[in-house]
Amino acid sequence: MAIHPPADRIWWNEKLTAPEVIWISVAFVWGLIMFFAMIYWHAVGDQNLSNEAYKISPEVFAERTEAMVEKYKVREEGDTGIPVVRPPAGSDIYMLGRLWEWWPILELEKGQQYRLHLSSMDWQHGFSLQPANINLQIHAGYEMVITITPSETGEYSVVCNEYCGIGHHTMVGRIYVVDKKK
Amino acid sequence: MAIAAVFRTCPDTGLKVHSHAENLIKANAVVAVIFLAVGGFFGLLVALTRWPAVHLLPADAFYLVLTAHGANVLLFWILFFEVAVLYFASAILLNSRLAMPKVAWGSFVLMIIGAVIANVAVLQGESSVMFTSYPPLKAVPHFYLGLILFAVGMLGAVLVFFATLVIAKDEKTYEGSVPLVTFGAITAAIIAVFTLASGAVILIPTWLWSMDLISEVDPIIYKVIWWGFGHSSQQVNVAVQVAIWYAIAAMVLGAKPLSEKVSRAAFLLYIVFLQLASAHHLLVEPGISSNWKVFNTSYAFYLAVLGSMIHGMSIPGAIEAAQRRRGLTQGIFEWLRKAPWDNPAFSGMFLSLILFGFLGGITGVVMGTEQINLIIHNTMYVPGHFHATVVAGTTLAFMAITYLLIPLIFRRELVFKRLAKWQPYLFGIGAAGISLFMMGAGTLGVPRRHWDITFTDAPLTVEMPGTAFLMMGLNGVFAILAAIGGLAYIVVVVGSVFFGKHRDEAVAKANPVIFDGGEAVTQYGSEGTIRIPGTIVLVAIFFTSFVLYYFVNWKYLSEVWPLR
Repeated sequence: MAIHPPADRIWWNEKLTAPEVIWISVAFVWGLIMFFAMIYWHAVGDQNLSNEAYKISPEVFAERTEAMVEKYKVREEGDTGIPVVRPPAGSDIYMLGRLWEWWPILELEKGQQYRLHLSSMDWQHGFSLQPANINLQIHAGYEMVITITPSETGEYSVVCNEYCGIGHHTMVGRIYVVDKKK
Repeated sequence: MAIAAVFRTCPDTGLKVHSHAENLIKANAVVAVIFLAVGGFFGLLVALTRWPAVHLLPADAFYLVLTAHGANVLLFWILFFEVAVLYFASAILLNSRLAMPKVAWGSFVLMIIGAVIANVAVLQGESSVMFTSYPPLKAVPHFYLGLILFAVGMLGAVLVFFATLVIAKDEKTYEGSVPLVTFGAITAAIIAVFTLASGAVILIPTWLWSMDLISEVDPIIYKVIWWGFGHSSQQVNVAVQVAIWYAIAAMVLGAKPLSEKVSRAAFLLYIVFLQLASAHHLLVEPGISSNWKVFNTSYAFYLAVLGSMIHGMSIPGAIEAAQRRRGLTQGIFEWLRKAPWDNPAFSGMFLSLILFGFLGGITGVVMGTEQINLIIHNTMYVPGHFHATVVAGTTLAFMAITYLLIPLIFRRELVFKRLAKWQPYLFGIGAAGISLFMMGAGTLGVPRRHWDITFTDAPLTVEMPGTAFLMMGLNGVFAILAAIGGLAYIVVVVGSVFFGKHRDEAVAKANPVIFDGGEAVTQYGSEGTIRIPGTIVLVAIFFTSFVLYYFVNWKYLSEVWPLR
């Protein structure tokens, strides 16, 4: 039994049964398939995280974000005072996370590519785009750059899904995806 | 030396039982159950707060209780119980004395002090940093100190375990190789050394940082090393729980591993590859390359997963072989139908095996796929997954073996036998429900560790789908069921330990807990003509579910915004 020393002292010479050999082979091959699936998706899939990231001080990142807001602000969101920014398609766009908001609100065109820069001003935050359900981890001092292509129009929420203190559940942001200007 | 004076002979197994080992097993198991009660209660409060219609606690209390829940059940309950299992698998199963009982008691005291200090820090309210305590979120210094002391104590216990192996070998208390269960425990202990070392490497500088002696802890380096502790400790749990599955199958049914070689090789795969799992928590992090992520998240070609898949056949296979040898050979599943489903040790073990494999194992591999993690990271899917592994898997396995430890080590008969009979089902179904509904909520985007998914106090409106609210409500309902199951466990354990009938030799003879089917069942394993068609069907169902679910998630991923 499993709670006694093996009765057969030379247990490593035991012969394997057919079901064992088959199952081990199947499981091993399945592991290889799953491993190469990730590499395959890097080659042909449309959803891969870039490896582009930089060290950056929160101050510098905030300056770049503010510069974008100044240049491309189109309105404010209701009476919240939060700027809504509509940068040109193909450009570099910025969103910063800080206690407790994602800032600013971005307005993007459907089907266009943008280089999205993300960083935190303070603690770790979770960039969670809903209902698209794209989730990224954001750090202060690190700038993550990904190229996104919004595929559906609509109003998207950004919620924070990394605990960041007592106001965590109020930390939200927004991305509008609109049709291309005629 | 008067060694003989401190031994008794177990009437069930004929093994010599060292009094220090026995007392240490009792002490660690009792303390473990206390932490389970405390941590489980906090867990219920968390679930009732996240039930939108109930929303029990205010925000600050919620984050505090969530931190306390994680530390008490994930660390203190599980690790105290694991110390008991390590001593059982070494001193008791090897028929040996326990090495260095003073060190073992010192470790025990240190672990208690550490756990109490950490709890005090959390309950004081300035350390609601969650179980993960990611910097730059900062707790009070004694929060980290408590965890460090606890880890040092645990390391002492692991040392006692290894020393006991050396003594047993030296004093020739057993013949040949160690039992498979002990081999599994050795696996767990080796991973534990790596785990606890990782914990020390990162928690000590973080502690110094919390006292302003170090200016900065890099948040990404912290995560890489902290998860070498946080995730690897779950791999300790896997190794221990698999060892317990083998132990219960052997003790209750006389099941012998189909092949010692295969089962031991599977444990070896754990030792070599499981530590890479730190990567599971870093898949959507900036500044870490895809090469690193792909290699580590897959445990190098999924070789640790291979280990678990092997156990997934070996254990039901061993049970089927034992049952068929006993004459339960009708059809494919008579062996399973006529298994001792009213014995809570067996039912708990089998439920643990099934739920861990289907709910915990498959989802863990899927969410640990580099790109698929994009649609899962930090959603409720994550706690859904690990409640399947750690609650439905590990905790249920620990509960199941308790029903054997009470008669064998505490030498008491179980009280409330009917309640005990139902307990694994209540707890198992409750745990399965919370896992499933949390995962369901996660796929709808519900964030984890979040007080209010109505976003009432937020400056912008956020609308979560109605189904997500339903899922979180059902999660609450099943959490209540699991809590009732947990309470039943505690009532049976406390009742039996304090008020159960003393199990003297006459009682032990009249009511044996160890299977005594004679040599035929215990000696031959897979030799002879015993086939295991039922196990093959079970494994085929498992594999089909695995493959389908895996590709369904690639499909989901392919539908989100293109990004690169």
